[in-house]
Amino acid sequence: MTLLAVERIKLFTTRSPWWCAAVALAIVIGFAALITGTAPSDFPVTVRTSQFGYSFGLAVIMVLAALSITTEYRFGTIKSTFLAVPNRPAVLLAKTGVVALVALVIGELAAFGALGVSTLLAPSSADIALNSAADWRQVAGVGVVYALTAAMGVAVGAMVRHSAGAISLLLIYGMVVESLVPLIPRVGEDIHKWLSFNVAEKFLSGGAAGGVADGPPLSTSTLSPGWALAYFAGVAAVLLAVAIVITRRRDA
Amino acid sequence: MTRDCQSMAAGPHHKHHRPDKGDFMIEAKGLTKRYGDTLAVNDLSFQVRPGTVTGFLGPNGAGKSTTMRMILGLDKPTRGTATVKGKHYHELKQPLRTVGALLEARWVHPNRSARSHLTWLAKANGIPKRRVDEVLDIVGLTSVANKRAGGYSLGMSQRLGIAGALLGDPEILMFDEPVNGLDPEGILWMRKFMHRLADEGRTVFVSSHLLSEMSLTANELVVIGKGELVAQRSTADFVARATEQAVRVRSPQLALLKDVIAGEGGTVRDEDDGIVVSGMDSESVGELAAKHSIVLHELSPQLGSLEQAFMSLTGDAVEYATQ
Ligand SMILES: Nc1ncnc2c1ncn2[C@@H]1O[C@H](COP(=O)(O)OP(=O)(O)O)[C@@H](O)[C@H]1O
Ligand SMILES: [Mg+2]
Repeated sequence: MTLLAVERIKLFTTRSPWWCAAVALAIVIGFAALITGTAPSDFPVTVRTSQFGYSFGLAVIMVLAALSITTEYRFGTIKSTFLAVPNRPAVLLAKTGVVALVALVIGELAAFGALGVSTLLAPSSADIALNSAADWRQVAGVGVVYALTAAMGVAVGAMVRHSAGAISLLLIYGMVVESLVPLIPRVGEDIHKWLSFNVAEKFLSGGAAGGVADGPPLSTSTLSPGWALAYFAGVAAVLLAVAIVITRRRDA
Repeated sequence: MTRDCQSMAAGPHHKHHRPDKGDFMIEAKGLTKRYGDTLAVNDLSFQVRPGTVTGFLGPNGAGKSTTMRMILGLDKPTRGTATVKGKHYHELKQPLRTVGALLEARWVHPNRSARSHLTWLAKANGIPKRRVDEVLDIVGLTSVANKRAGGYSLGMSQRLGIAGALLGDPEILMFDEPVNGLDPEGILWMRKFMHRLADEGRTVFVSSHLLSEMSLTANELVVIGKGELVAQRSTADFVARATEQAVRVRSPQLALLKDVIAGEGGTVRDEDDGIVVSGMDSESVGELAAKHSIVLHELSPQLGSLEQAFMSLTGDAVEYATQ
C-alpha cells in the first residue's frame, strides 16, 4: 500500500503523465468527433466506429508507461528509489500497478468520451446505443486493454532502460510489426493470430462482423473474447516477470 | 547562518547510543567487483567503527564509488560481502532510517520540487511528513523547496541530496566525494557539517581523492589504490608514516653505514656531505647504526608533502583539486 502511494507521488509530480493523459484523451475523443461529425448521412455510425482512435491512444499509453520507468534511469532516481526500497520486485510491481490504474482511467474516460461525442454528433438514425454485452466490451474494454498495455510498457521500459529505445521498440512492434507479419509467406497468418495486440482486438470487437468502413480491421484471432483477454494479460504478466528477474540481477 | 544552531536530530530526546566497539557499522569482507575486463575492486576488506568519521581515500578510479554502491546494494559484488550493522543492505527494514547516503547530487528528477522528492522518500520509509520540512531547514533549502530541482545549482542539489540522507535521522551517513565541484564556501559548509554529524555521535563514511581534505575531516582512514586496500589506520598515524619519505644521515663511517643499510634492503643516495636513505624509517636506521656501533652526526626524517606521500603509497596519479 505504501509503495503504491510512493509511486503515485512520483508519477504525478512530473509533467509527462499529465501530458500523455491529455493527448490520449484528445486523440481518442477527437477522432470520434471527426469521424462521426463529418460522416455522410448514409454512413453507418456504430459503437465500433466511435472507437476509431483507440490504437492511437494505445500508442500514447505505451509512451506514458515506458517513460514512467525509463526517466528514473535517465535521471538516476532509480538509485534513490532502490536506496529507499531495496526490494526491487516490489518497486516494479507497485509502479506497474499505479501506471496500469492510470491507463485504465484514461482508457475509460477516452472510450466513453468518444462514445458520448459520437452520440451527440451522429445522425439520429445511427445505432450507437450500448445494446449488448459485445457493445459494452467494445467501449469499457478499452481501459482494460490500456491497463495491460501499460504493464507491458513498464516491463519493456525496465528491460531497455532508455526512453528512446523502449518507446521505439513498443511503437514499432505495436504499430508496424504486427501488421506486417501476415505478409510472411505461408506461416505469417498463423503467427499473426497469436500476436498480442491482434488478440486484444479480438477481446474488444469479439466476433462482430463489419465492413471496411466500420473502423480498424477486425482481429484474426481464433480465441473467444474471454480467452483473448486472458491471453493478452498472460503476455503482460510474462513480460513483467522477465523484467523483474532482469532488474533484480543487474546493477542499478 | 542560523541553521548552524539547529540540531539535526528528529526530536529533542533523540540520542545515538554507541554500540559496542565490536559491532562494526560497515564491514567489507573480500569485496570484489569486476566490470567486464576492469577489476574495479579487488578482495577489499575493511571496517568502519561506530562514532568515527572514516575517510575512504584513494585516487580517481581506485574503486571508491563502486565500493559504496556495493555497500548500498545498488551494485552486486562479484565476490565477497558488504554489510551495514551486520546485515546486507536489502535486509534493513526502512533502510533510510539506518543509513543516509549521498553518492551523486543529481539523483533527482529535474521537474520535481525538492519537497516532492523528499516527500516520496519519506513516505517510502514511514518517516513523518514534518521531517521533510525539518531537513529542508537544516540544509537551508526552505525558500526554494517548491521550485523544480532542475533549476538548482550544484551546491543546492548537493544540499538536497544531504537533506535526503538526513531524512531518516540515520546513525550512519555515507558521502561520495561530497566537496567535488563545490566552491570554497560550499566546501567550508560541508566540512563544518561533517564535524557536526560526528559531534552528534553519528558514524560517517566519506570518500575523497584528496588526503589534505580527509586530514581535516576524518579521524580514521581506509586507503585504497587500484581497488585494493593500502592501509587502514588512524588519520594521524597515516599522515605521520606517509610523510616520512626518507632519512638524512651524516656519519664519519659512511662507507660501513651504506653497506649495512643496503644489507637491510634500504636504498642510499649521496647528498652533500651525507646520505639520504629511503625505504627505512629513522628509527630503523638509528637502531641499525647502534647495533654496528656506527657514530651518527645527523639522523633527520625528511617530510614530504601529504599529496606526494599519498601518491607514492597508492602508486597512481592523484588529481589535484583546483583550490
Ligand atoms: N558501471 C561501470 N561499468 C564499467 N566500469 C566501471 C563502472 N563503474 C566503475 N567502473 C570502473 O571501475 C573503476 C573504479 O571506478 P570508481 O569506483 O568510480 O572509482 P573512484 O570512485 O575511486 O574514482 C574505474 O576503472 C572505472 O572506470
Ligand atoms: Mg568516484
